[in-house]
Amino acid sequence: MTITFVMDGEEVTIEDGKTILDAARENGIDIPTICWHEATKANGLCRMCVVEVEGWRVLQPACVVQAGAGMRVQTRSEKVLRARKTILELLASTMDLSDSPEILTMMDEYGASAERFPDAKRRVSEIKDDNPMYIRDYSKCLLCWRCVQVCADDAQYTYAINFEKRGFSTQIGTFFDKSIPETTCVLCGQCVGVCPTGALKPKRQYLLETGMSPQEISVLNTGRKKRKVKS
Amino acid sequence: MDEHNLSFLQTAIEPYIPLGRSGLLPALHAAQNLYGWVSEAVANEIAKTLRVPPADVHGVIEFYSLFYDKPTSRHVIRVCTDVACGFKNADGILNHICKRHGLKPGQTTEDLSLTIEPSPCLGLCEHAPAVWEAGSDQSSVISENGAIHVSLNRRPPSIVGGPLRLLTANCGNGTTSLAKYGKYSAFTKALGMKPEEIVDEIKASGLVGRGGAAFPTGIKWEGAAKTQSDQKYIVCNADESEPGTFKDRVLLLDDPHRTVEGMLIAAYAIGASKGYIYIRAEYPFIIPVLENALKESREAGLLGENILGSGFSFDIEIRVGAGAYICGEETALFESIEGKRGFPRIKPPFPTTHGVFGKPTVINNVETLCNVPLIIAKGSAEYRTIGTEKSPGPKLFCVSGDVARAGVYEVPFGVTLRELLEMAGGVAGGKQMQSVLFGGAAGAFATSAHLDVKMTFEDLRGVGLPLGSGVVMVFDETRDMRDVLKRLGHFFAHESCGKCYPCQMGTQRQMEILARIAEGKTQKDDLVRLQDVGWTMTDASLCGLGQTAASAVLSAMKLWPEIFRDEGRRLALSEVEAMKDESAKSGKPALSKVEGLKVGKKKDESGKKVAKVARAQKPVKRVAAGKKVSKVSKAPKASKVKTKATKNVTKTKVMKKKVVAKKSRK
Repeated sequence: MTITFVMDGEEVTIEDGKTILDAARENGIDIPTICWHEATKANGLCRMCVVEVEGWRVLQPACVVQAGAGMRVQTRSEKVLRARKTILELLASTMDLSDSPEILTMMDEYGASAERFPDAKRRVSEIKDDNPMYIRDYSKCLLCWRCVQVCADDAQYTYAINFEKRGFSTQIGTFFDKSIPETTCVLCGQCVGVCPTGALKPKRQYLLETGMSPQEISVLNTGRKKRKVKS
Repeated sequence: MDEHNLSFLQTAIEPYIPLGRSGLLPALHAAQNLYGWVSEAVANEIAKTLRVPPADVHGVIEFYSLFYDKPTSRHVIRVCTDVACGFKNADGILNHICKRHGLKPGQTTEDLSLTIEPSPCLGLCEHAPAVWEAGSDQSSVISENGAIHVSLNRRPPSIVGGPLRLLTANCGNGTTSLAKYGKYSAFTKALGMKPEEIVDEIKASGLVGRGGAAFPTGIKWEGAAKTQSDQKYIVCNADESEPGTFKDRVLLLDDPHRTVEGMLIAAYAIGASKGYIYIRAEYPFIIPVLENALKESREAGLLGENILGSGFSFDIEIRVGAGAYICGEETALFESIEGKRGFPRIKPPFPTTHGVFGKPTVINNVETLCNVPLIIAKGSAEYRTIGTEKSPGPKLFCVSGDVARAGVYEVPFGVTLRELLEMAGGVAGGKQMQSVLFGGAAGAFATSAHLDVKMTFEDLRGVGLPLGSGVVMVFDETRDMRDVLKRLGHFFAHESCGKCYPCQMGTQRQMEILARIAEGKTQKDDLVRLQDVGWTMTDASLCGLGQTAASAVLSAMKLWPEIFRDEGRRLALSEVEAMKDESAKSGKPALSKVEGLKVGKKKDESGKKVAKVARAQKPVKRVAAGKKVSKVSKAPKASKVKTKATKNVTKTKVMKKKVVAKKSRK
């Protein structure tokens, strides 16, 4: 079964049940996304993929809204562009985007200014370096939820991490801020794999970036030297 | 180390074990009743007992502002600092109580004997200022401040007015027992009808939701009734948390059986066997009242198995929130019942097919449910004789702020704002009216120009005012609207759940900008910044909270653009105060008095005159917000703002072209 609807003035035919985002990608129309990931359940958090659907009161997230027959969708209306630009500016005023090249590119595309909000409170936290596999730098976290989802029902069923606080102060955290080895974490690394911003980073990559040599790291990380001494 | 004796905990949370994860909030409440807060060991024990991952338990504790994971006293004094209380010296009362105990707001004494906190709206606006004391009934600390003081055993009085006494028939004289209320005659009548006849009757009555969204109740019921399922639910949304709203508190406290009867009729109509009343924790004094009402009904055979021998079974469970305005959003409320963080869900699917526990659910506000027995008893035709053609029925308005007699007013749809304010005795202290916050924190401002608008859905829509939850909060001429906006901004930033980006960060930025405007430290382009944030939240947020978080601000911008502009900086709040003091000494009025409105004293004023008054009031505003600005400097500034806005649009257009060009290259 296929359905036909209008996107940016052109008729588009796709399989029934697919989202507006699917339809856009199949037809070469660019709809930006930040939180969306093929391996995790779409939650429509970042709202970068919002589009204007004729007859609907508010903008709709293309990642979750199914394309319907006869729908008239605009992916770049004034409203949509204002929302995307402002969301990017809000992000830039809140977190460290230095490890998020894709978002920086979007900012250029949408003419978003990193200095739009003067004297804005930022989300800053210290790097958590408490396990041999990965570091957590939540100053770079944009709350896409992917790590929490893969740690839970979307992949690993480990439930080691969840949320702290709410609203602007929301952060990802463990049970009473325990270190990773004290949690149910099995060091599967899936959270690191889906992190879009470098908030979760392999320990080795992090150490290389701090200027350590591979040799220094191997000594530090694996305890190989110790074994060598023993033999 | 954990000092808590865990042996009491098991007994306290045992009743919730069969509920599994859904028992998480009740279990956390039980634990806090014991210890005052939830320590690591306690949380771990609850996690094990209810079989919920510990990280999830912690995530839930962190979400709700009335759950604490750090040492907190069982005895907590919470002082409401939202708009209505803010104007009645709430900040002063908070500081006074704190000083007396050597604490700062949010702190706990070392011996854990007392915690003092500021609080979002406690739903006691007609009695402002308000203080809620949990874990103790000693009122000595507070009484001297003139604040109303509520606790588990100290209920607030109900002030009820207006020409109608249909929904509020039993309100104003303490709690109504089942014996006095009567054995649910409307429900008994409904049992003699077919379920679909009841749905048709509700549809014919034209009843729409009274919680704020105004969705047609009958259509909601029909949707759930037609969905096939082994289990359906009725949920009563009593999480009344919209600043300025307190009608549901009065209805539930004084007449709980009306709501229960409404739920029973709804349950029978859609085929539900289980109901929840989700009530905010800030109304502790209602919980025993509700429990007793349910007990009375069960004993009378009106709740439980095979009710009145009809073969229909239904029972109700009370669920208590934990300090999260967002849980008044229907899907966030479901999540909360399920024992999760109160994140709203994406709709569709709608509750009528996928509600609490994924089952078909009808969720209605308290006032909506209270209309149901009335409709069934009278019949929809007679019900429709109340109110107007398009807005039938009685409506409760929560009148508060600078009026002589704040309270809940029951009126037919169609009375004007002027008539309502006259019922409430007009503006307090013989002052002039400046504006009215209409519909709630998520509402909009009305001015004297709106006094003769009929309060119906259709008339209000015509002038861009939302009826919302029936809030009418009056501000007299001396009130600084920048302070109102600052408090609204703080409320939404405090209550945003943090799920979607526009609201999560937008409410924070909105709060920051409004705070500096209130301090007279407006920065260049703050107006445009606020507009972009406001419209982005309105257009792109996931749920109703974000979509309306800027509603009042955007309406204030239209009415009083001058207070948002850079010039506002030149007149700090302290300067306004200084002006007032000076004039008080000299005996001259600080703000040039114009012939304004003293509702109640100018009954015969013609509409024409009101319009004139509205215009005449404008200069007053300028004096209040930007006196030192000369006319010469004002004009160019205004055009500057406009140019900037145009620039932005041009930029966007250029960018759009760029993107299109890029796309075509692909």
